[in-house]
Amino acid sequence: MHPADNPLVSHPRKKDRIRVIWRRFRRAIEPLTDSALALLPIILVIAFFQFLVLRQPIPRLGDMLGGVLEVLLGLALFVRGLQLALFPIGEEMAYNFLRKGNLWWLLVFAFALGFGTTVAEPALIAIAEEAARIAADGQVIAASAEAQGQYAIGLRLTVALAVGIALVIGVFRILKGWPVQYLIIGGYFGVVLMTAFAPPEIIGIAYDSGGVTTSTVTVPLVAALGIGLAQTIHGRDPLIDGFGLIAFASLTPMIFVMGFGMLY
Amino acid sequence: MDTMVGFGATLLGMLRDILPIAAILFGFQALVLRRKIKNPARVGVGMVFVVIGLTLFLEGLQNALFPIGRLMAQQLTAPEFIYHASEAAAGPPHWMDFLWIYAFAAAIGFATTVAEPALIAVAIKAKQVSGGTITVKGLRYAVAVGVAIGVAVGTFRIVTGTPLHWFIIGGYIVVIIQTLSASRLIIPLAYDSGGVTTSTVTVPLVAALGLGLAETIPGRSAVMDGFGLIAFASLFPIVTVLAYAQLTEWLAGRRDKNSQQK
Repeated sequence: MHPADNPLVSHPRKKDRIRVIWRRFRRAIEPLTDSALALLPIILVIAFFQFLVLRQPIPRLGDMLGGVLEVLLGLALFVRGLQLALFPIGEEMAYNFLRKGNLWWLLVFAFALGFGTTVAEPALIAIAEEAARIAADGQVIAASAEAQGQYAIGLRLTVALAVGIALVIGVFRILKGWPVQYLIIGGYFGVVLMTAFAPPEIIGIAYDSGGVTTSTVTVPLVAALGIGLAQTIHGRDPLIDGFGLIAFASLTPMIFVMGFGMLY
Repeated sequence: MDTMVGFGATLLGMLRDILPIAAILFGFQALVLRRKIKNPARVGVGMVFVVIGLTLFLEGLQNALFPIGRLMAQQLTAPEFIYHASEAAAGPPHWMDFLWIYAFAAAIGFATTVAEPALIAVAIKAKQVSGGTITVKGLRYAVAVGVAIGVAVGTFRIVTGTPLHWFIIGGYIVVIIQTLSASRLIIPLAYDSGGVTTSTVTVPLVAALGLGLAETIPGRSAVMDGFGLIAFASLFPIVTVLAYAQLTEWLAGRRDKNSQQK
């Protein structure tokens, strides 16, 4: 047999080498093409409405292109960081807590993670300040800056408490293997019941506060924690039992904020 | 120079947001679990990627997309655009005058959700865990369609002034009915996708649209009616993700039946 035909000996031919380099290059820029695809709809929507509906040129086109490049690069880096850091940390901690065997500490951790990440969440701070202004306008509280500040902090602590409790309930559910829908539908009844009694000014804010609590860094950590627990505990399915923590974290704040509105 | 200062400020803000999370993680790891993290260098690099990546992402959004998005929301909700000169005096607005706004609401809801980093994270995890049955793109588009419908219905509600809770309670009823018949494999993921849709990209643009609209329409107040769009954007994805799963299941079932008959 001619050595070049022997399949056991590798003979890097020029064509193959180019193919390997091309494949490596494509894999290297894949995160960038992925984030470009993620960003394309926004650019199309803006272009369509700006040119065809509003019929106006784009102001400061240069800044806009620079910003788009930043967004592309940022998204690609974030996705890589997810896989290097946030996912492994969440899963490893789930495994370590179960190995340690003390589940109380796991519940304390769940509460700390929910409370700690929510209380400083910028979107929540903005909503709490807005809510304080509304409460002052509606003469629920005094119009002074001090009263508004207290109201806003009270609201933030309420939402953070709600998210902490949500993660405790969610983790407990994974440990027990309860189906998620009974608890969530139970929560829906809680929301409806509270809506009947809560003051009308608070309802819009309460409903919105459910959506804003879960930040971009918290979501991957919490998802990885849930999936890590479900993968480690015998008899749990990661798809059925691992997901669901975020759902709790966006449901309890609605109930808690309406309760806060009733107490104030 | 300005961009450097802006970047620095955003980076500091990002570090301040991440600090409590890092403190909780490492505090528990060091004091309670008392174990070293595996591959500390890899995790460290990953954290740096997350911080710098999110900083660049936010900076870029603030420089490029948010200003024009907000400006467009303002222009589309401006009275001059909505009421054409001839109809301006013809009394209260009809909900049909706002068709471009519903279209914009749906389009911007869809587009911002596809780019939402938290949703990408959950979709990557869902793909890994499901062994590829759930695709990253499939889940993201299903959620984005949900947000599109949600924000469009939400703007319609602001225009008509119907109380928010009737829509939300109606949505809950639909979710409960779907839950009864959906595969239990998809239910937790569907519920989760409601919460992840609305963060970095979607909230600022959608909130600007809601507040702008509530200010333009006579009889609506920004404080009472401007809120609530985010609630719609977190409820409707649950419906569309469940519907997407039910649809693919139904199609697969039909295909199986056909192949058995042959």
